[in-house]
Amino acid sequence: MEQDWTATGARRGRIFGDLPAVVLRPLVDPLLHRTVTRLAQKHRSIFARLGPHIHTDFIIDPLDLPFALHLKPDPDRPLLKAVSRGALPRHDALIRGRFRTLFDLIDAGEDGDAAFFSRDLLIEGDTDAVVTLRNALDDVDGSIAADTAALFGPPGRLALSVLRRGAAAPVKGYPS
Amino acid sequence: MTLAELVCPAGTPAALKNAVDAGADAVYCGFRNATNARNFPGLNFSPDEMEASVAYAHSKNAKVLMTLNTYPPAGEEALWREAADMGVRFGVNAFIVADMGVARYIAETYPDARLHLSVQAAASSPEAIRYYCENFGVKRVVLPRILTIPEIRAIRAEIPCEIETFIFGNHGLMVEGRCSLTNYATGLSTNLDGVCSPPAQVDYRRQAGNCVSSCLAGHVIDRFRDGEMAGYPTICKGRYTAPHRPEGYYAFEEPVSLNLAHMLPQLIEAGVHAFKIEGRQRSKSYVRAVVSAFRQAIDDIAAGGAADLDHLVSLTEGRKQTQGAFATKKWR
Repeated sequence: MEQDWTATGARRGRIFGDLPAVVLRPLVDPLLHRTVTRLAQKHRSIFARLGPHIHTDFIIDPLDLPFALHLKPDPDRPLLKAVSRGALPRHDALIRGRFRTLFDLIDAGEDGDAAFFSRDLLIEGDTDAVVTLRNALDDVDGSIAADTAALFGPPGRLALSVLRRGAAAPVKGYPS
Repeated sequence: MTLAELVCPAGTPAALKNAVDAGADAVYCGFRNATNARNFPGLNFSPDEMEASVAYAHSKNAKVLMTLNTYPPAGEEALWREAADMGVRFGVNAFIVADMGVARYIAETYPDARLHLSVQAAASSPEAIRYYCENFGVKRVVLPRILTIPEIRAIRAEIPCEIETFIFGNHGLMVEGRCSLTNYATGLSTNLDGVCSPPAQVDYRRQAGNCVSSCLAGHVIDRFRDGEMAGYPTICKGRYTAPHRPEGYYAFEEPVSLNLAHMLPQLIEAGVHAFKIEGRQRSKSYVRAVVSAFRQAIDDIAAGGAADLDHLVSLTEGRKQTQGAFATKKWR
């Protein structure tokens, strides 16, 4: 079964059930801001690899979350925030896939090319920016997901553990 | 049975560490510029990263083979010479070269440096290989992926250097080192600029019915139907219509990966000294998975067992694998 890239596909299997994005975004945005700021401080080498794409606007769209993410990897003012899938801001590149696929990519457990070959990832817009971002993030030693979890102490590590267990299990309604 | 060396790819320092920690005997990698044939954005090593990575590999008894495997355009040789100078200074174990001018510079300037002949040189006959050995002191040839195992055995008997063969990964062979298809479409050359299908000229277009078209420099080169596995956006792996094939077909190459796991014992017996895994453009998770699997396979073979690595198909292009010309000249 092929990934369903449509709005119907986005609704199916939502990780936060039917909670509206408008409720979640005020809760999520401070966490995202803290995450991207700390990661930017810790992994400065990412920006050298990004080159001109530190000024590129990326949309990362986990289909089964009720919101997409807007990323601008500017070393001085890194931006990561939740945005409405129905009203995406102006962007240069878009990366869309299941949350688990995207999680596995930042957890260093999935190969981006393999996810692309299997059609688990959809890329639109500036391919050069997407390839550069992928390569820059891949040069981080260890796992960005683990680094992110560590920012939030024991609750973060517990969440990571749950996500990793979930990533190993098939999801109803999605291809295994 | 003599063990073959496992030569593994690294596009980043993190990938190099993963390769070394997973059991690579040697890692090949290059600088972040046109001197190597994987000159993709965000990939490869700065001089500082190369120096530190060589030190890391050596601390774990692994070798580093520096890729200088593109052809310098006239008047731009300085970039390749500077790269070689740095490689010597950092203590790399060998240079992988294709261009005779680069080979000559290293051979004359650093007579103790070890040279490997890149697959980009497309040397597939004993005469061609011997030429590089006699004139530049090449110690190892990376064979093009167009030879059967009996042919490799016959070549081994007639050359004075080691043989390295690809055993896994991307399988876009054509006439290696002489690919002009990307250059024709994009103006950038695989062989001179080190970049095949520059991502800045690639775009993917989503279409009705979950179809996706991959385009290079504005040309649609493939279209993947709902449920169909995708491949790299290279012209040699594009699908085209022709008067006799109006439905469209892979006219040059198919999106498929090489996997010689079942042939490792025959390759060792034929005199192959080193097994090469393709994939400097791939992630560290790919490197870790593939290198670990082949390390185990080679060790199993050395212990008298068999290697079965069919599970690696999930990492292959188009999720398809082949033994290519190593099994038969009729593979296409």
